Amino acid sequence: MPPSANSEQMTIHRRGRGLAGETIKGRAMSSILIIEQILNGLQFGVMLFLMAAGLTLIFGVMGLINLAHGSLYMVGAFAAAAVAGWTGSFLLALAASLAAAALFGALIELTVIRRLYARDHLDQVLATFALILIFSEATRWVFGSFPLFLNIPEALSGTLTLPGGIEYSRYRLTIILIGLAVAVGLFLLISKTRVGMRIRAGENDREMIGALGVDISILYTLVFALGAALAGLSGALVGAIQSVEVGMGEPVLILAFVVIVIGGIGSIKGALAGAILVGLTDTLGRTMLPWAFAAFMEPSAASSVGSSLASMLIYILMAGVLLFKPTGLFGSA
Amino acid sequence: MIRERYINFLIGALLLIVPLVALQMDEPFIITLATKAAILALAGVGLNLALGQGGLVSFGHAAYFGIGGYAMGILASHAQDYAPLMEVPFVIEGTNLMPVIWLVAIVASALAALLIGALSLRTSGVYFIMVTLAFGQMFYYFAISWPAYGGEDGLSIYVRNQFPGVNTLDPIQFFGICFVVLMAVLFLVNRLNKSPFGLALNGAHQNEERALTVGINVYRLRLVAFVISGAITGLAGALFADLNRFVSPTMFSWHTSGEIMVFIILGGVARLFGPVAGAAVYILLEHMLGGISEYWQIYLGLILLFVVLFAKGGIVGGLARREVRHDG
Amino acid sequence: MQTTKMAKMGLKTLGAATAVALAMAGAAVADGHAKVKVGVITTLTGGGAGLGVDIRDGFLLAVKQSGNDGIEVVVEDDQRKPDVAVQLADKMIQSEKVDILTGIVWSNLALAVVPSATAQGKFYLSPNAGPFQLAGKGCHENYFNVAWQNDNLHEAAGAHASSVGHKNSFILAPNYPAGKDALKGYKRMYSGDLAGELYTKLGQTDYAAEIAQIRASDADSVFFFLPGGMGISFLKQYADSGIDLPVVGPAFSFDQGILQAVGDAALGVQNTSQWNKDIDNAANKAFVETFQAEYGRLPSLYASQGFDTANLIISAMGKADVKDQDAFRAALKEADFASVRGDFKFGNNNHPIQDIYVREVIKEGDVYTNKIISTGLTDHQDVYAAECKL
Repeated sequence: MPPSANSEQMTIHRRGRGLAGETIKGRAMSSILIIEQILNGLQFGVMLFLMAAGLTLIFGVMGLINLAHGSLYMVGAFAAAAVAGWTGSFLLALAASLAAAALFGALIELTVIRRLYARDHLDQVLATFALILIFSEATRWVFGSFPLFLNIPEALSGTLTLPGGIEYSRYRLTIILIGLAVAVGLFLLISKTRVGMRIRAGENDREMIGALGVDISILYTLVFALGAALAGLSGALVGAIQSVEVGMGEPVLILAFVVIVIGGIGSIKGALAGAILVGLTDTLGRTMLPWAFAAFMEPSAASSVGSSLASMLIYILMAGVLLFKPTGLFGSA
Repeated sequence: MIRERYINFLIGALLLIVPLVALQMDEPFIITLATKAAILALAGVGLNLALGQGGLVSFGHAAYFGIGGYAMGILASHAQDYAPLMEVPFVIEGTNLMPVIWLVAIVASALAALLIGALSLRTSGVYFIMVTLAFGQMFYYFAISWPAYGGEDGLSIYVRNQFPGVNTLDPIQFFGICFVVLMAVLFLVNRLNKSPFGLALNGAHQNEERALTVGINVYRLRLVAFVISGAITGLAGALFADLNRFVSPTMFSWHTSGEIMVFIILGGVARLFGPVAGAAVYILLEHMLGGISEYWQIYLGLILLFVVLFAKGGIVGGLARREVRHDG
Repeated sequence: MQTTKMAKMGLKTLGAATAVALAMAGAAVADGHAKVKVGVITTLTGGGAGLGVDIRDGFLLAVKQSGNDGIEVVVEDDQRKPDVAVQLADKMIQSEKVDILTGIVWSNLALAVVPSATAQGKFYLSPNAGPFQLAGKGCHENYFNVAWQNDNLHEAAGAHASSVGHKNSFILAPNYPAGKDALKGYKRMYSGDLAGELYTKLGQTDYAAEIAQIRASDADSVFFFLPGGMGISFLKQYADSGIDLPVVGPAFSFDQGILQAVGDAALGVQNTSQWNKDIDNAANKAFVETFQAEYGRLPSLYASQGFDTANLIISAMGKADVKDQDAFRAALKEADFASVRGDFKFGNNNHPIQDIYVREVIKEGDVYTNKIISTGLTDHQDVYAAECKL
């Protein structure tokens, strides 16, 4: 193509962009859009909660910091994709994700993790960092380098019209409901059942519970497997609307850490509050910041600057929370 | 103690001899690997001061490593394009002189460490680990989306920066620079560890309450250690960028933070030469395992796991046959 | 014969850093030229490994089929880390003493490696990345791009959107240089208005917020560039959102390797590519058939680029000695090989001048794949060529 034709195209494009800028600036953000974004933030937060709940539970009971939690999330997603491809059933896939993640969780607890309870956090970080390397490459070895397919079940696909005329994904609503159900279930488990009583006792005084004749090592394995199963479930749920691939657990792991730090490490209530706070901040920040910058900047630059700032927003939120409460919102010193 | 001194000497000598032998055998790539080991060791020495002596488990030292790298990248790219860094209110030119770049890298990363440390040190334990990790991520995302200096693409410098009297493009001479810097920093850190400051830092690590009761301002003590630690890692970042003639946001990623920690645990926590041994072995492993299998990271993970679980004290600790002090 | 046996072994069980000596014996081949040593630096582990594996497999297949024992290939894994890529390039130049480097998938890695490789007098043939910095002022006589300049597929998408009458596009890409170039490329050839322009976080996996904005806008079409897992996530979520605006994108999110992971959500999407498996020429038919026979999967865009890169090298080897740089460079520039894309030639900046097609995602039996529906741009050259002094 001769250069002259190109420059002609360039002028057309510049004109096009000018017009577009006016349309973006001219449009106010509608209330329906804002409500939809709040729902999106809630759904994102609930998903983070499923990850964070396991992390915070394991930390609260065993005092262990587990970087390999993201790998269990990946294990859940891969197990679900494999079983869904094999049987075609989404429910079986979810069951498989729970089972596989719990199984691998119990396995690493028995072989590696239990040697780390008495160690300092540095050893825990490094040993579980090593587990990430092993899990990621082993998964790639088994499933290959290409992403796997996992889809939303027929019954949950498409959208639902909510009161007020908001069209919202059925599947995302289901995730919100499952997440809230898990939150309620965990509260009941910990506050009402015998196992929960032991967990609380273990949190307060590990030697005491041993003296009471409770086999603490079985309890620890169970708690770890429970946390792993939650991570696996969230991997499978999210895998249906995202990409099931090696390394998928790492970004969400770091977000989950931000969540539990904000909420207070060891507190399920804190994990829920932190998750929803992070979910809303991230989603609304992503939408609002570019829009706010567009008020006084050229739209392309506004989008770029706004989203740069949005990607740092939750870390800024975390720094802000810790400035005032160094042990998080619901943490005890 | 005396035994460890011999081991330290041995490690230092090995790091020096290997590239010299490689020079004789005309294997320049081995010299490059040794240079990389020396630079990463320096990053580890920086972290070891906070982590080993001070007990401050920072999972975000990639931030300082990256800042050091970008100090080099930004200054050198301006020098390369003959475009001043800023003109108002006064002109600041880029530079391709290593000593100037090092100074800027040290000051910039020290400032970042001061800011991050001042906030992070309000927390402790696992909060501290997570907060430093999050600050590291913040820098990572900033570097990716900041368009002025290449964003995700990073910055390429076509010619390695200058050091008066040395041909830095010659691999062995550049290795010499890095080796001397590493030894000089080790010497200073050793002096620091034995000074009242170092003893107080270690004391506060062993028993914070006792340190408080004897009237030590633990927060300020740790902050100073954290800043020095960040500055050393920043210097390593500047050298690493010069080794590659390239910087990119990867230097800020949390994997980098993890790797710097790995050097320390492999070599031996709180051992003066621990990071040196750790970085050298890590690079050796990476180089050799890569030849065995496409899935070499599995083996790396297994070895790392073994060292953490069963070989406390790492290489230096194992050779010195003395259990390293350990407490949470 | 040992050579073939080794080549086969290499293809099947290649290690990350295994030197695949395809020809062990003899320093010189029949026509008297010296052997050519090629270093392939590509991504074989971690998230983007699928692309690197395909480039490598395509490359090695071409070498094997040529039966040319004058070419020796060394493959190394860059782990998608720029610093590792730079060190591997140093190693290949300093220790392996390669003549030609190739293989890099990502633009940021290419920007780290290519300038220093060409400065050290080596040839670099890019089988994928084509950042603008290396196409315009930073072009180099020893740097050849066998795939495309990064903007090309986006430009074709913009041209296609205009030609089918889209007047109000919503466009989005990750907030990093390649993402910005993508939107710039689209806008260069697109003549309508923009209903919105969004930059997302690199590596983002949830697009609910962006999709809500698309829904709230009055767009008549969507253009996106979200490579790898990001594209899979976006497409699945977009399909589930009930929005039925037409989607246009570059081939990367619709390629053979990831299409199976997207599934029905991708059906009917129009995407732009310089290659597809149904391009009607003998070289392409043979390539698709033999690639499937060798590896048991359909080739991807990346595999086709690796295959073409190897064939370009082999064609130049027949004309000139690699030690005679000027002659070898001229031989490369002639591009006298049977490209699987059909017509292929280099412009002044050593980047391709080629047709870019519009494809549509279809389902063949159980396999999702693409078919060509039209030609988006004919004999297209990048805009940066004018800035190149070559």
